[in-house]
Amino acid sequence: MAEAARTVSGGTILEPHILLYLDGVTVSFDGFKALNSLSLVLEEGELRTIIGPNGAGKTTMMDVITGKTRPDAGTVLFKGGIDLLRLDETAIARLGIGRKFQRPTVFDRLTVAENLELAMQGGWSLTRLIAGRLDVEGREQVERTLEIVGLSALRHELAGRLSHGQRQWLEIGMLLVQNPRLILLDEPVAGMSDAETAKTAELILRLKGAHTIVVVEHDMHFVRELGAKVTVLHEGRVLAEGPVEAVQSDPAVIEVYLGRS
Amino acid sequence: MTAAPRSPLRPALMLSLVGCAILLVPILNRLVPEGSALHLEDRFVPLFGKYLAYAVLAVSLDLIWGRAGILSLGHGAFFALGGYAMGMYLMRQIGPRGVYAHPVLPDFMVFLNWQELPWYWYGFDRFWFAMIMVVLVPGTLAFLFGWFAFRSRVSGVYFSIITQALTFALMLAFFRNEMGFGGNNGLTDFKDILGFPITAPDTRLALYLATGLLLLLALVVAIHLRRSPLGRLLVAIRDGEARARFLGHDTLKAKLFVWTLSAVLAGLAGALYVPQVGIINPSEFSPAASIEIAIWVAVGGRDTILGPVVGSLLVNGMKTWLTGAAPELWLFVLGGLFVLVTLVLPDGLVGIGRALARRFKTGSSAAPIEAGPGPMEAARG
Amino acid sequence: MRGNLKLGLARMRLLLFLLALFATLLPRSATADATAAREALAILAGGNLDAMEPAIGTIARSGVPWAEPVLGALLEGRLLVRPSDRAVFLRTPDGVLLEAESGAPTSVDAKSLRPIRINNRLRRTLEGALGALTLGHGDPAVRLTAAEKLFARPDPSALDSLEAALVRETEPRVREAFARARAAILLEHGPPPARAEAALALAASPSPAVLGKLQAARRALPADAAPEIVAALEEAIAKVERRLRLLELAQTLFQGMSLGSVLLLAAIGLAVTFGVMGVINMAHGEMVMLGAYATWAVQQAMRALLPGALDWSLIFAVPAAFILAAAAGWAIERGVISRLYGRPLETLLATFGISLVLQQAVRLGIGATNREVVTPSWMSGLWEPVPGLALTTNRIVIVLFAIAVFLLLVALVRGTRLGLEIRAVTQNRRMAETMGIRTPRVDALTFALGSGIAGIGGVALAQIDNVSPNLGQAYIVDSFIVVVFGGVGNLWGTFLGAMTLGLVNKLLEPVAGAVLGKIIVLLALILFIQRRPQGLFALRGRAAEA
Repeated sequence: MAEAARTVSGGTILEPHILLYLDGVTVSFDGFKALNSLSLVLEEGELRTIIGPNGAGKTTMMDVITGKTRPDAGTVLFKGGIDLLRLDETAIARLGIGRKFQRPTVFDRLTVAENLELAMQGGWSLTRLIAGRLDVEGREQVERTLEIVGLSALRHELAGRLSHGQRQWLEIGMLLVQNPRLILLDEPVAGMSDAETAKTAELILRLKGAHTIVVVEHDMHFVRELGAKVTVLHEGRVLAEGPVEAVQSDPAVIEVYLGRS
Repeated sequence: MTAAPRSPLRPALMLSLVGCAILLVPILNRLVPEGSALHLEDRFVPLFGKYLAYAVLAVSLDLIWGRAGILSLGHGAFFALGGYAMGMYLMRQIGPRGVYAHPVLPDFMVFLNWQELPWYWYGFDRFWFAMIMVVLVPGTLAFLFGWFAFRSRVSGVYFSIITQALTFALMLAFFRNEMGFGGNNGLTDFKDILGFPITAPDTRLALYLATGLLLLLALVVAIHLRRSPLGRLLVAIRDGEARARFLGHDTLKAKLFVWTLSAVLAGLAGALYVPQVGIINPSEFSPAASIEIAIWVAVGGRDTILGPVVGSLLVNGMKTWLTGAAPELWLFVLGGLFVLVTLVLPDGLVGIGRALARRFKTGSSAAPIEAGPGPMEAARG
Repeated sequence: MRGNLKLGLARMRLLLFLLALFATLLPRSATADATAAREALAILAGGNLDAMEPAIGTIARSGVPWAEPVLGALLEGRLLVRPSDRAVFLRTPDGVLLEAESGAPTSVDAKSLRPIRINNRLRRTLEGALGALTLGHGDPAVRLTAAEKLFARPDPSALDSLEAALVRETEPRVREAFARARAAILLEHGPPPARAEAALALAASPSPAVLGKLQAARRALPADAAPEIVAALEEAIAKVERRLRLLELAQTLFQGMSLGSVLLLAAIGLAVTFGVMGVINMAHGEMVMLGAYATWAVQQAMRALLPGALDWSLIFAVPAAFILAAAAGWAIERGVISRLYGRPLETLLATFGISLVLQQAVRLGIGATNREVVTPSWMSGLWEPVPGLALTTNRIVIVLFAIAVFLLLVALVRGTRLGLEIRAVTQNRRMAETMGIRTPRVDALTFALGSGIAGIGGVALAQIDNVSPNLGQAYIVDSFIVVVFGGVGNLWGTFLGAMTLGLVNKLLEPVAGAVLGKIIVLLALILFIQRRPQGLFALRGRAAEA
């Protein structure tokens, strides 16, 4: 890890091209180690897929990054050396870390456009929330995002009426309007049709470069379609890391997957 | 809770509708000649004034419950605190005209052999001071209580239960004579307000109109809140607070603001309620009184502008009528309303009205979007 | 009735005979005493307060059979005089007029009589004299009362008769009481060494009264009293104080446990419906109320049908209360709550409506006034494990009953098929469904179980509280607090939560007063819940989020 972080007096600083740095992160629930000294480094602008069997710690890792779960031990640093463990969920979200959950989490009783506006207003002060409204630039960004995720025609529809795939895209849109530096996508194509999956892969590849994206996924077909660097988690630690093809032929990975199924 | 975020009535139209309805009482009382079948006797004016105060209380509860999904079972406490602040002013106005003719001490203190006014009664002889307290006391209590509760993420039924415990504790406290708020009997026998005799028809009409004005103000606040980004954030908090936090929203501040605002509105309603009914006592703090407010809102329709107003007028009108005509039936009716509204009328009367309006407009049976199980699903496990 | 009267007369005759016998044994001439007593009675009739005091002594010492009734009547203002001839009569407590000396009924006109007045000083004299008189009474209970009176108001003139009685006494309890009374007299009036001895003797049976006497005796000691006497008194005081503090603590702990078990009985059903199922049932208090009314109804029925077995009506009341409340709970679950799953706030409001309806139905159907449930004889009385610590039997029974009900519920949830299904459904509803468990049926049964247990709680509460339509309201807030405090979904947490709250309440009461104590507890709980929303005994990790 020497090339990612340096320890100086008073703390650790990250190399400029490193966006997220996890080292030795351990989380246990009643003796069960959900994460066991996990280490992971993400570069700026990178697209990374994370795979692993159930209980490998994928969701817990996301919880740690977003501040939902506090680890028992370990270091979690963000761009420039910001210690995420000292911040709460709201502060972490304001740093530019956006997360899309497994379960669709758009607000059903707001319209598509309102959902995006709500996402844009994250971080607004109370007075601005009471008295203010979106400026021209903000409205333009809403329009642009609607177009990127392909929901322009449905902007006044209640989110509760969208199809499963549309809801997932809306949620990605809600992440995008916040201009996040890091996007965490938890099983974005679970339950999608093949056409929707293909469209989602296309969407993610379009965002690559402009944003740093972490995709947690089960669907190997989708992972191959993304063609990005893969990290395999197993029992709370990293089992293998590398290009899709290399990981797929790794005997340890095959053992874990085949041994289970 | 229909999904339709827009009311079919435009806000301006709605406000003028309510305004006209409020003006009906003075018109029927003053302009329609006595003897006419439509004439409203003076003695009914404070009754309608009381209804309007209840309507404000209902609007205040709907701000926090309908919009943000936070059910307070202790809103009666804020109402009563506002009422007590006003009551203290009115007590001090009695001056030496009490039964014991003490120049400063209210009757109940003389009766308890108190020698001097407790410090917290100072200043209440001034109207402006009392008015500041009407806002400050419920507001501060709500702020502190809400800050503790929301910060530790107490939500859902837990929050409801501790608000109930709060009002219960306050009730026990106010029942104590040692508290210096008149114990069991509360504060009563008021003589005048701002120099006007409190039972004079003109004063009563003025108090009625002031309450009407407060109701309109509360509605303006409610309407603005709904249309502001904060209003949308509250819906988001109601349906998934954790997600709203992930979007970078400080939900604690948003909830705390609306919660405190709602308590202040309730306190103002209480302050106008007391001079019109002529008494304030600890029964206003009873948990049952607070839970009843929720049913006014539910009958009218949650998260609607007119719903709480319609619901509180209807339920309280029915209460006045039934407790006179068939008192033993009233609790059956009230209890039945609770069950009926939650089981078959989740959107209240306004919901029915909207469904009818929609059908009328489109000519077809546009099915309303299902309320769905919502985020509370999780609370079940 | 007639038989009782005969028996009474026979007893009276025997008593008179014994008294006469006793009188003949006295060293002094009985007839002379009788004459003196008759003269003394005339002095009483004269009404001169100063002259009355020695006259009372004369009568008490005379040994005449009428001494006790006449002095007793004088004390209670029932001794009457006819001003015309100064004849003395007494009125029995039931209003019959008797001639004072002979005790024979008389038809004298009551209007012509006026009571003989006494003052406070005479009252004390009379009480002392009567106390000494009754020390030789045939009934041990009367002797005991006499001894207690003497203990309360030590009369040095009674010391001789007390010591004589102490020698004769065979009943251990009465002997002890006599010894205590003797020590009290010596403590107050004896020579200093005897006082020290008496103080140490009294310290063996500590009570607030003993403490008061010891402290008074310490103050009464002259400044130049021997140091060992002072030391003995102070040691006795310290010993009694220590003991009293301990007893007080034990009493408070018991009261706390007693309140805790009442809270447990009220909350234990809620621990199932709210704690395990997550259903807010505001009508829970009414299930308790129904149980209490079932207890009352069973007792009424037994009074009519089986009056002899009235003491055992609780045996029938427990199942009756369970069935009634469980049936009501089942109906509520099927009719209302099952339609509102996933909407807890709506459930709260709907069940509150049901509670209003149930209360009003009982108010109209049975009546708004309190119904009295008679405490069975085996539940009334006191249990004194150590002297000075008196525990009421019904409270003990309730503590044991609460624990028994609780253990039964735990066994049911842990050890039966229904318990297994309940746990399965609450932990993972979908999984339970796929395994063939009929979840709606389990929901209804669980709710009925919780309601039925609330009904059983009502049986116990009927013994200590008024059975009225509002009974449940008094417990609903407390019940929720117990369950939330103990940790939702945790039966043992509910148990400990109830006991903790009971103890805290009772420990605070002497410091802050009952109402303020309750307010403090409520406020502390509000803060506590905010600090630990999961309750005292929270589950951690993933299970807590389910």
